[in-house]
Amino acid sequence: MSGGSLKLRGAVRAVLGDNIDTDMIFPGRYLNITDRELTAEHLFELAYPEIRAAIRPGEFIVAGKNFGCGSSREQAAAALKFAGVGAVIAGSFARIFYRNSINLGLPAVIAPEAAVACAAGDELELDLAAGEIRNVTRDRTIAAAKLDARAVELITAGGLIAYLKRKCAA
Amino acid sequence: MGMTLAEKILARASGREAVTPDEIVVARVDLAMSHENADLVRKSFLEIGAPKVWDPSKIVIIFDHRVPAESEKTATTHKAVREFAAAQGIQHFYDVGRGGICHQVLPENGHVLPGMVLVGTDSHTTTHGAFGAFATGIGATEMAGVWTEGTLWFKVPATLRIEVEGELRPWISAKDLILYTIGRLGAAGADYRAVEFDGSAIRRMTVASRMVLANLSMEMGAKVAFTPVDETLRDWLRARTPGRLEKIGPDADARYERVLKIDAGEDLAEPQIACPHAVDNVHPLSALGEVPVHQAVLGSCTNGRLEDLEIAARILAGRSVHRRTRLVVIPASQQIYRDAMRLGYLDTLVAAGGMIAPPGCGPCVGVHQGILAAGEVCVSSTNRNFLGRMGSKDSKVYLASPAVVAASAVAGRLEHPGSIVRESEPCLAEA
Repeated sequence: MSGGSLKLRGAVRAVLGDNIDTDMIFPGRYLNITDRELTAEHLFELAYPEIRAAIRPGEFIVAGKNFGCGSSREQAAAALKFAGVGAVIAGSFARIFYRNSINLGLPAVIAPEAAVACAAGDELELDLAAGEIRNVTRDRTIAAAKLDARAVELITAGGLIAYLKRKCAA
Repeated sequence: MGMTLAEKILARASGREAVTPDEIVVARVDLAMSHENADLVRKSFLEIGAPKVWDPSKIVIIFDHRVPAESEKTATTHKAVREFAAAQGIQHFYDVGRGGICHQVLPENGHVLPGMVLVGTDSHTTTHGAFGAFATGIGATEMAGVWTEGTLWFKVPATLRIEVEGELRPWISAKDLILYTIGRLGAAGADYRAVEFDGSAIRRMTVASRMVLANLSMEMGAKVAFTPVDETLRDWLRARTPGRLEKIGPDADARYERVLKIDAGEDLAEPQIACPHAVDNVHPLSALGEVPVHQAVLGSCTNGRLEDLEIAARILAGRSVHRRTRLVVIPASQQIYRDAMRLGYLDTLVAAGGMIAPPGCGPCVGVHQGILAAGEVCVSSTNRNFLGRMGSKDSKVYLASPAVVAASAVAGRLEHPGSIVRESEPCLAEA
């Protein structure tokens, strides 16, 4: 995995509600897929198949509270990442999903107002280190939490594996 | 300033005198558990490039999600993990037929002790808080980091204390209590928090019932969830482990973010049901009206233990599963399977028309052994009812206690066990 950028620009693919659970993101029946790249095929398969069909690289998923609740399955974060999602922006995240996402190098941005301040198709600019989201389409800023130092380190390294690889080789 | 149990364990594991909520600490890990997703961990571990795992004696691998292998793909991943465990000298490996559901097998075989830091690549790892362990779920890549370094960073959680006094009514169990609590607090009600359960109603519970509380606390977002480390627990552990049993608990002057008080008798007048498609969509049984049921599932890391099979056997003894309903019973471990066989529970359940599936996760995660078709309704003693969780996205899962599952299997619709078994009898075996 190559290092990730802390400044992103892209369009909102979809705005989802609260409590988007990991079975919606990646159904349990596919958990025996252990090649991360192959998980993308089943992203949102039962709940929102239209998102998977339409998503383009670098687009954002915006959601309400408690995104990624439920299972610890890392495939949920992997499916989003390998489908090309640039970042998930949500009111809050379930804790295991949040850690999985950052560990895989997929930015997870906490922004309580995002789900009401964005619509599908809006163009956003994200500054992860500063905690700033700019909705270019609506010409407004959206308050977001800064990524903490540890998360910044992992995102820029390209995820936990790349980070530890470097550490082990040092 | 006193510390909560979560703070105490994290302080010790990170070599500090004291910690306070929101601090970041790096803690040593005492036990690292994985199931089939050990294959994901293995791949990440190999990518990192460390030659050997940090301590093979602290890693436990238990197959439970797809046992026995339901497909060639699973058989291949099972084989890869089996070979990896052998090559790395991981002795605590519970293969098909040797264990059962990870959260049952781990304590049953004496791996869990009070005061431990335990991480598992399964969200319901919170279950082990019933043994006084700081136990939480993590992802596979993070686990690969643990296999490499034996440590993990944690944000010290604030603690929510839940005190439950009073007596549970007949037919009301730990499952009803925790569903009620989740309904009250919501799916994110304990997000990032530690939970401490205490009170006379909790201290009277069996260890098996306490495991239900710790297990399902995950469904309100809890990072860890404890029940008291008391004589009931120590007796249970003494029979299973030679390890030192520490008397560990929160300080009397520990600081809590919130204290919630529940009266077991007053607040829980009847069985609680989590309705589709969210675990916090909880309603009392009588509010639901007529709900025909096509499948009833008794099992899982939440409710597949001996007392669960016992109450189901009591309800189904001399009765039959309704003709429109299928009953699938899954003992949580090989040990429970044998005990239930010896005590005659399985014979009773089979005679009533139930089907016994092998110890493991069964249909809970939507893979095999009882998948639902579109339009079907299931009442289940498991822990999640998300959209499509057990099969078709057009099926529905209602989560309930083992007693309600058994009564509903007889009635062919959601049913109060008191309407099936007339005499009033306590649901919980007293500890």
